[in-house]
Amino acid sequence: MKPKPASIPAVLCRDLWKSFGEETARIEVLRGVDFRARFGELSFIVGPSGCGKTTLLSVIAGLLNAERGSVELFGENVAGLSGRERIKFRRRHLGFVFQQCNLLPALTAAENAAVPLLAAGWKRRAAIARGTELLVQLGLEARVRAFPTKLSGGEQQRVALARALVHQPRLVICDEPTAALDHAAGEAVMELLAAAALRPDSAVIVVTHDTRVFRFADTIAHLDDGRIARPKTPSP
Amino acid sequence: MNFVALRMLTGDSGKYLGLVFAIAFSTFLLENQTSIFAGILKRTGARIADVTDAEVWVMDADTQYFEESKALKDTDLTRVRGVPGVEWAVRLFKGMPVARTDAGRFAQTSVLGLDDVTLVGVPRKMLLGSWERLREPDSIVVDKAGYELLYPGESLQLGRALQLNDHLVRIVGISDASATFISFPLIHTRYSVAVNFQGLERSQMGFVLARPQAGITPKELAWRIAAHTGLRARTSDEFVWDCIRYTLMHTGIPVNFGITIAIAILVGAVVAGQTFYLFTIENLKQFAALKAIGVTDARLVGMILLQAGMAGVIGFALGTGLAAGFFDTIAHIFVAARGMILPWQNVALSAVCIFFVVIASSLLSIRRVLVLEPAAVFRA
Repeated sequence: MKPKPASIPAVLCRDLWKSFGEETARIEVLRGVDFRARFGELSFIVGPSGCGKTTLLSVIAGLLNAERGSVELFGENVAGLSGRERIKFRRRHLGFVFQQCNLLPALTAAENAAVPLLAAGWKRRAAIARGTELLVQLGLEARVRAFPTKLSGGEQQRVALARALVHQPRLVICDEPTAALDHAAGEAVMELLAAAALRPDSAVIVVTHDTRVFRFADTIAHLDDGRIARPKTPSP
Repeated sequence: MNFVALRMLTGDSGKYLGLVFAIAFSTFLLENQTSIFAGILKRTGARIADVTDAEVWVMDADTQYFEESKALKDTDLTRVRGVPGVEWAVRLFKGMPVARTDAGRFAQTSVLGLDDVTLVGVPRKMLLGSWERLREPDSIVVDKAGYELLYPGESLQLGRALQLNDHLVRIVGISDASATFISFPLIHTRYSVAVNFQGLERSQMGFVLARPQAGITPKELAWRIAAHTGLRARTSDEFVWDCIRYTLMHTGIPVNFGITIAIAILVGAVVAGQTFYLFTIENLKQFAALKAIGVTDARLVGMILLQAGMAGVIGFALGTGLAAGFFDTIAHIFVAARGMILPWQNVALSAVCIFFVVIASSLLSIRRVLVLEPAAVFRA
């Protein structure tokens, strides 16, 4: 993919509509959402439970299709890609941090961190070496060979962060990354996220309702009842 | 990702071992039952296969298999000898008199009376004594299994007396005959001695054994004898297969073994399938995460098949080892189980069955992963 000029947003969603169920059981989760995330910024999507945050994240990531509207990532219309192209696009350009970490329990921390590279066809040894390198950067040098069950919640989320960043994606999508962590661990993860994930040619979207970490946001979009209520820049 | 698949498989040692043992158990049952079945079928033709001197067996036209033969007329021997291409033809007596030991122990036996002059059909594998001593008066050779049945717990010993239909005979040799379908002691003696053991039937000749002249195949000779005499003539191989076919068609053995084999396949498929399916269900979040990260469906299917294949190969190897160990052990412990082996054909057949068990057990898991939405990974 050719580099995009800075004027193009990393993520541009226009008039997104998404519903689940049929007829009387139909629930409209997204009702004309407009959202943008800029390169070099940490964009938060916040809102009450059930407001559609996760659905919006899934649509942006190309894991769900919107019924109406468009999603452009780095200037490219994701909906126009075939299923196979979309998977390849996701593998190459997106990194994920999930609320439950979803680390593979049978793999060590370094091996977990290396999974996106293995999925991209890297040799095992090289992929694990790169995963280890990133874990060291994230302060987990003593835990690279530990299995997830032996790691604390904060350590697990740092491994998940390493997995999200190991292939240097242009967009990192984080779903409630601090929800399962105490205050200190949450702060540490967000600091690492801001420091390690943000580059001039990359963006980070964080879905959260953890008000303790709002200060890390460059922009915050409030989602309520399927619509973005008021995007704003948080006060310092 | 193969490495990830294998680590996922072996990560939960309890489920992994459960899966491997389900397949190993299924393999063991399959190989065990099919091999015992094959062993039993092989035994039905053991008497024929043990006769290595002759290549063509001639019998009454109504005789279907070895154990149920109708006696031939004495003139039939001459008629067979008169068929062009016959190098030689000799008579064979087959009877089932009761043997009684000096200790009063008795058992029904299977007696083969060999041509007095040539001793064609004599057991070539002797454990004690010599088959040449059959030329002595009232002498017999008994097989080892039969000896142990008549003299349980006693060491092999020549010169012992045995009563056969009120005729006293002496053991001059102990042979290592192949195990047969019915476990009667096998006794070899001369034709002229053997006829004394039977009742006063007019005709005593069960079979004529013949060998073709050089340049004539046994099959061709068998055809010629049948054409010239109206008798039934079969090559040794054909006659062995006649016996096997008779057992398959006229006994309940195939049904009994078939049921066990079907149960082995079913149990293997159900247990392995259920374990593997549960294994997949518990890893659904991980699979969803992999899908979200960008692992393709084809790759995930490959991972599941690799996991199933690996469990299948290890389980199959374990099961085959157990089956081989089983046959090796019982052959040494029970004399009646001698000759029971694990043929490679049965291993190959079991491998094919286990392959289908593994594929069947993978299908549910594959379907579940294929319909899995990667967005599920965002659900708490």
